[in-house]
Amino acid sequence: MAIFDNELKELRQNILKLGCMVENAIRDSVKALVERDSELAKEVIQRDHLVNALDVRIDEECVRLIALRQPMASDLRLITTAMKITTDLERMGDLAVNIAERTIELNEEPQLKPFVNIPRMAEISQSMVRDSLDSFVTGCSRLPYEVIKRDDEVDDLTVRNFEELLSFMIQDPKNIPLAVKRTYIAKYLERIADHATNICEMIIYMCKGKMIRHTELGEEK
Amino acid sequence: MVDKNIFEIKDFNIYYGDFIAVKNIALDIEINRITAIIGPSGCGKSTLLRALNRMNDLIPSSRVEGRALFQGVNIYDKDTDVIELRRRVGMVFQKPNPFPSSVYENVAFGPRLRGIKKKSLLDEIVENALVKADLWKEVKDKLNEPGLGLSGGQMQRLCIARSLAQEPEVILFDEPTSALDPISTGHIENLLQELEKTVTIVIVTHNMQQAARISNYTAFMYIGELVEFGDTNTIFVNPANKLTEEYITGRFG
Repeated sequence: MAIFDNELKELRQNILKLGCMVENAIRDSVKALVERDSELAKEVIQRDHLVNALDVRIDEECVRLIALRQPMASDLRLITTAMKITTDLERMGDLAVNIAERTIELNEEPQLKPFVNIPRMAEISQSMVRDSLDSFVTGCSRLPYEVIKRDDEVDDLTVRNFEELLSFMIQDPKNIPLAVKRTYIAKYLERIADHATNICEMIIYMCKGKMIRHTELGEEK
Repeated sequence: MVDKNIFEIKDFNIYYGDFIAVKNIALDIEINRITAIIGPSGCGKSTLLRALNRMNDLIPSSRVEGRALFQGVNIYDKDTDVIELRRRVGMVFQKPNPFPSSVYENVAFGPRLRGIKKKSLLDEIVENALVKADLWKEVKDKLNEPGLGLSGGQMQRLCIARSLAQEPEVILFDEPTSALDPISTGHIENLLQELEKTVTIVIVTHNMQQAARISNYTAFMYIGELVEFGDTNTIFVNPANKLTEEYITGRFG
């Protein structure tokens, strides 16, 4: 049993490691955007293969544990949650890469306007990622529920950001290429928050054995 | 309406002398389903299983308290016909135990005891039971050969056929595959799932994966008590009781 416990510990650590890498990628991609730092954006793109490699490693490890250890109950829920979480984290990594790509493109042109909504969205999304990973470690608490609620704020900011950019596009069609790219970036951040929400839903499953996905969270106590 | 619980057990205790082996059990067993009983050695699971067709009567110091109804009738009523009870509630043991006679005689033994003498009828019963036990194809050309000459897995299926020839309503299985290799085990497990359509199955097993694979309901026992009982999916994915969780994840004690 000690061996299996160590394996589960290592699995948890690897998820956290992956989470850290993704968190850094999101932070750096937004920093590169706001500070118009294309070198940093390129770094984010280059580092993504590390996220992909760890994602594959975690998945393989989960399959191995299911085959060889035949996990039951909370162990089973931990491993299936880990498998789903890694997919979400890896997708977040890809979205950070997308932000970095758009950043490099935007940096080739003069700035349309200073960033207001996007840094705020990034801040909330990052806090969601961080707290979702914290709740993965600390287990059963209110935290995942609170994280899920924050998703609404990000959704609102996405809409607000779009409306603002739309006015720029209406003012002058020349603004369209840059405004569309900034809309994309907001969308990427909105997707990142969605993935953090997925992670929290899986953590609630891991703790309680109850799927709350596609249900009204309000019904949950 | 037919009652969907074939066994209804309540406030049920089993003693060996002064020792209480099974304590205060309340358990309903659904008809035509597979119910697995799991738990560490000595938890009373086999004792409970054997109480269901009064096999414990053979142990002089054993006695029971409480209520155990089979089809609404108390198994331990004074006027219970134990022979008839054991015909209706058959049993298959850990080690295959065919009689030292031919394959045919093993299966025909019960029906003969019931007074069936007509050869053609016996032939039919034997063939049916062997077909149901998924053994017919393998033994149809050696019906007169000794049952003990079969492989372990075949002998166990012969014992199941012997039990089926009595047209039981329930078959109790006490670790039926623990002496078998994985292929024979798979064979028996498939067979149990096939039989479930017509016979209620209660199985005691140390193999948790087996309970998870084949049963509809799982009961977890510990030191004579029923700790948790529920549908197998819940027990193995999200058990309510901490002891159950510890036992099935192997973190016991």
